Amino acid sequence: MAGTVSINLASGSRAQAPATRDAPIVRWTLIAIALGFLALFLVLPLVVIFAEAFREGIGAYFASFNDPDALAAIKLTLLTAAIAVPVNVVFGVCAAWAITKFKFPGRSLLVTLIDLPFAVSPVVAGLIFVLVFGLQGWLGPWLAEHDIKVIFAVPGIVLATLFITFPFVARELIPLMEEQGTEEEQAAMTLGARGWTIFRRVTLPNIRWALLYGVILCNARAMGEFGAVSVVSGHIRGETNTLPLHVEILYNEYSFVAAFATASLLAVLAIVTLVLKSLVEYRVRRQIARAAIGEESS
Amino acid sequence: MATIARSNPFKRRPGRIPGFGLTLGITLSYLSLIVLIPLLGLFIKTAELTWSEFWGTITDARVLASFKLSLGGSLIAALVNLVFGFIVAWVLVRYSFPGRKIVDALVDLPFAMPTAVSGIALTALYAQNGWLGGPLEGVGIKAAFSRMGVIIALIFIGLPFVVRTLQPALADLEAEIEEAAASLGANRIQTLRRVIIPAVLPAVLTGFALAFARAVGEYGSVVFISGNMPMRTEITPLLIITKLEQFDYAGATAIAVVLLVFSFIMLLSINILQLWSTARSR
Repeated sequence: MAGTVSINLASGSRAQAPATRDAPIVRWTLIAIALGFLALFLVLPLVVIFAEAFREGIGAYFASFNDPDALAAIKLTLLTAAIAVPVNVVFGVCAAWAITKFKFPGRSLLVTLIDLPFAVSPVVAGLIFVLVFGLQGWLGPWLAEHDIKVIFAVPGIVLATLFITFPFVARELIPLMEEQGTEEEQAAMTLGARGWTIFRRVTLPNIRWALLYGVILCNARAMGEFGAVSVVSGHIRGETNTLPLHVEILYNEYSFVAAFATASLLAVLAIVTLVLKSLVEYRVRRQIARAAIGEESS
Repeated sequence: MATIARSNPFKRRPGRIPGFGLTLGITLSYLSLIVLIPLLGLFIKTAELTWSEFWGTITDARVLASFKLSLGGSLIAALVNLVFGFIVAWVLVRYSFPGRKIVDALVDLPFAMPTAVSGIALTALYAQNGWLGGPLEGVGIKAAFSRMGVIIALIFIGLPFVVRTLQPALADLEAEIEEAAASLGANRIQTLRRVIIPAVLPAVLTGFALAFARAVGEYGSVVFISGNMPMRTEITPLLIITKLEQFDYAGATAIAVVLLVFSFIMLLSINILQLWSTARSR
């Protein structure tokens, strides 16, 4: 009896399935609208960068990089990312450890505060550092007395980048580590492991993909940040110009080929970021799913 | 079995995991130094202004025009993204077609691309001699260096927020609910309107709020295509930079405080929306 009922149900739901699915004409219309919209707003802008960069041929393209200011901009961009990414990794791991392995009052407020830089306009982010370190700012007179330059110099660019890329690593780690809980760390402790060993041998293998994911996003933003860096940089060629700022200068001087050639480097960086991101994303999801299953079965 | 699990030594003696003081200390110090104290500085700097100076600055005709453009343009862009973002998310979650994975990865392009690069690319595309700007000019639409250019850039920058917020919500919808609606005689449009949209409404609103908040503060992708004409196509973040370049620190600060308070309000609403959506999914 029970068998026949379940068979009836199964065949019934199969018969009804088409009613919950869209008709082919609806399906293909929606796919066409979605792809058309994405082609217009995402693909065309990407293609136009390379079309403009190679407009005067491949020789003109490569000539754009044969410029000491361009090389200085590349160097400064790499330097900024080389500082901002590791610092934010250390912070992100610490923040995620404190927030997910312990319960304390103000925990959710702290999570919100970590997200704060995402909500702030990049221009405002740059401005707050001008107000602290600029000549008219709090520390301005003292810094001037000791001949330390922060604003319109490299330290200001690094600070603004740190602010902008602040949440990336932490916010990738927090949901995963929350899901994983503390059982494995506690097991390691009862076996006699100390703090650093627990982190290195137990936690780190569990979070490595999410950490890498955060690093990829953090690095892309650190190399590409424009608004905040623009406010604190002062646009001194060869000294305080990052790649995105160099693009702006070239563009405003009507050196379009050079501007788009430089932009194409950053576009390649964006494409590489997207590829790496989708490769790693899959592993992060699997890790989160595994943690969720582990939690249910325990 | 259950008794064995309960007497598991790992669970019986949950010793304290080390590192609380150290990690929380680093987190709070770094957060304060890089984020909180500099942000506080903005409010302290504004407090140096008298109320009438502050009010005079932010109600100046040019500033008000920029608020109107930034808020209005962002609102229109977020609404456009709401419609098309919903379609894109639906297509990516529900249908399979060749190249779906590539399209899915491409949605994040506005996140990954430096805003200045997006800005000059959109300008080249929509300028008079551009691939799209030329034909549009032919039918009498001036896309670049106009308010429409601002909106185009803001649509570009906001799209991933709507799609990425909606995708998990649509994927979590259980097929049974739609089957129930269908078996009760609802057609697809009715199911969409009465069943699907109410169920994903928190995600829709969150995505909209995220796209809107980002657009109001956006700078890099807009300044190239907007043309930056005072009173007409000057967005608020650009006005802050203009004031700074004129060494009008007080003016820049006053406008920045307005933007910042707006960001806080948006952040608060987004948090409330997310609480609502998690409460609903339980």
